[in-house]
Amino acid sequence: MHIVVPMKQTVDLVEELELNDEGTDIEREYLTFVSNEWDEQALEEALLLKEAGGGTTVTVIGLDETDVDQTLFAALAKGADRAIKLSGDFEGGITSHQRAAILAEVVGGLDADVVLIGVQSPEDLDGQTGVLLAGLLGRPHVSVAIAVEPHDAGVKVTQEFGAGVVHEIAVTGPAVVGVQAARQAPRYVAISRVRQAMQSGGLEVMDAPDSSGDAGGLTIRRLYAPEMSSQAEMLSGDAEDIAGRLAQIIADRGLVKA
Amino acid sequence: MGNDILVLVEHHAGAVHDSAAELLGKARELAGATGGQAVAVLLHDGWGDTHASALPADRVLSVEHTAFANFLPEAYVIALEAILRDRDPRLTLIANTTVGMDLAGSLSARMSSPLVAYCVDLAIDGDVVVATSQVFGGKLNAEVELPSGIASVVAGAFPPAEGGGAPEVEAVAPMAGLDSLSMTFLGRIEPETSDVDITAEEILISVGRGIGGEENVELAQELADALGGVVSASRPVADAGWLPKTRQVGKSGRKVTPRLYIACGISGAPEHLEGMRDAELIIAINTDEKAPIFDVAHFGTTEDLFDILPALTERIEAATSVA
Ligand SMILES: Cc1cc2nc3c(=O)[nH]c(=O)nc-3n(C[C@H](O)[C@H](O)[C@H](O)COP(=O)(O)OP(=O)(O)OC[C@H]3O[C@@H](n4cnc5c(N)ncnc54)[C@H](O)[C@@H]3O)c2cc1C
Ligand SMILES: Nc1ncnc2c1ncn2[C@@H]1O[C@H](COP(=O)(O)O)[C@@H](O)[C@H]1O
Repeated sequence: MHIVVPMKQTVDLVEELELNDEGTDIEREYLTFVSNEWDEQALEEALLLKEAGGGTTVTVIGLDETDVDQTLFAALAKGADRAIKLSGDFEGGITSHQRAAILAEVVGGLDADVVLIGVQSPEDLDGQTGVLLAGLLGRPHVSVAIAVEPHDAGVKVTQEFGAGVVHEIAVTGPAVVGVQAARQAPRYVAISRVRQAMQSGGLEVMDAPDSSGDAGGLTIRRLYAPEMSSQAEMLSGDAEDIAGRLAQIIADRGLVKA
Repeated sequence: MGNDILVLVEHHAGAVHDSAAELLGKARELAGATGGQAVAVLLHDGWGDTHASALPADRVLSVEHTAFANFLPEAYVIALEAILRDRDPRLTLIANTTVGMDLAGSLSARMSSPLVAYCVDLAIDGDVVVATSQVFGGKLNAEVELPSGIASVVAGAFPPAEGGGAPEVEAVAPMAGLDSLSMTFLGRIEPETSDVDITAEEILISVGRGIGGEENVELAQELADALGGVVSASRPVADAGWLPKTRQVGKSGRKVTPRLYIACGISGAPEHLEGMRDAELIIAINTDEKAPIFDVAHFGTTEDLFDILPALTERIEAATSVA
């Protein structure tokens, strides 16, 4: 089985997000970009499938976004067989539709049995890349998966619903699976091993196909920080003062059982 | 392009999902503005007709086929694509649940139809649809325009429709592709119930990724013990195995309404807020003053949770030992 895992660099949400002058996008220039956490889950699930045997191979693909080399080499160090970087100008950000269109062209030529991709990223205003990709490729898809396992000639996908309910679905033929969580937490790889992978090279670089087509059809009027619906009262002082205030607030509600 | 507002009616195990009334309520309002109808789409394997006539819609398109016995994305996409092409609605509303996250993007790509995901507001402005969407983990909202398309709508964004309706129920012939699917439904599994039921607890001390590691969960446990509550968690903490999945609060976990919810190192992503925003008293401890958890909290602090938790536990223990 050949598994392809597209990986995206996304803004680190812990950082302060500033808007551009037009107020229509975030100011990307000085932000830190990290590997989308759900793509890391997809990679882990792919590696688990590889380890289950049967000659499964894993190819990771990333667009040339800030620090993508780090992500792709880390994937190689963790056990991916092949890493492809698609070069192009992506620093200004692209929509999920554009990303899916690029991936559709490349994945279409890779003879993938299964595409495992993060269920979402924090920037999916126009939809999640995985299901868009499935739609463009005309392939069946299952999203919000928490396990992907070999099953007959294809895979069994465990699809998660609310409150712990899951469905199990068998899929034959090439499919796209949006991964919510791998069966185990993504493995850790030591920086030294990532550096080793970097030194031995092995990153294939290709030009990204043209993505100037359908960008998704949305016109952004503005981005803005949502108004606080209930405006938290922020407590200041040192930790001791705050703990004292909180203890009082909790006690006032009759929640401290003497 | 037509003027109707279509709504996919989600249902599981023979029960219509709460989202249906929320989406149909909004669809009726939008249809009022476009001069179209609120049209519910119900894909079912036979039980649906009794439910169809109770839906708060102007019209129900009812498709009956054994492939709809359970949610199978492939079957749903085939049916919805055929219906959307045939009816050409102004807007199609799908809940941003697992079902919606599976279907909306695929339909958008197959039909080259715009999609707004994580939608929390919708309006008609002249000949465009204006949608508001939550992005960047709830840190920002985006207001966008689209001529027509699909919106996947966050749970609770709209109040449920009041009252039922007297919709015209129209049977639509099942699509040919439904008989040759590459997917098979294997089964539905309900969660085990051996752990504590966090939905029944009055006090939850909830930990997020900010807790840093399994070894630190103890700090929250100590506060929970002092208050007579239990420890719950955000999704990444449960996924990492630091706490059991049964303790997960949110969209794919449990919806809780305790008297006290203390969020420790939880950013407050929309999927988390969905599960706890109705708690009576919410206290958030998070070093990022811009974290969306503060939008729903009643009291907050940006001090380090590693300082606050032990200090608070000590205070509570002191108060409880006085008596
Ligand atoms: C389909 C789907 C379903 C989902 N369902 C759920 C769900 O049911 N429940 C859920 O929770 N999530 C769910 N998620 C995930 C959700 O999108 C977020 O990724 C998740 O809620 C983030 O968890 P977190 O707040 O613990 O982590 P983060 O977002 O990483 O936040 C950690 C926070 O800790 C703070 N922090 C760090 N160190 C400290 C410190 N020392 N003191 C104080 N604060 C600190 C940081 O400022 C940060 O805000 C779902 C996602 C998808 C796609
Ligand atoms: N074992 C762990 N200990 C502490 N934090 C972790 C651990 N695993 C994951 N995380 C957190 O998960 C997030 C992603 O981790 P990383 O993949 O290392 O960037 C970070 O915010 C880490 O704090």
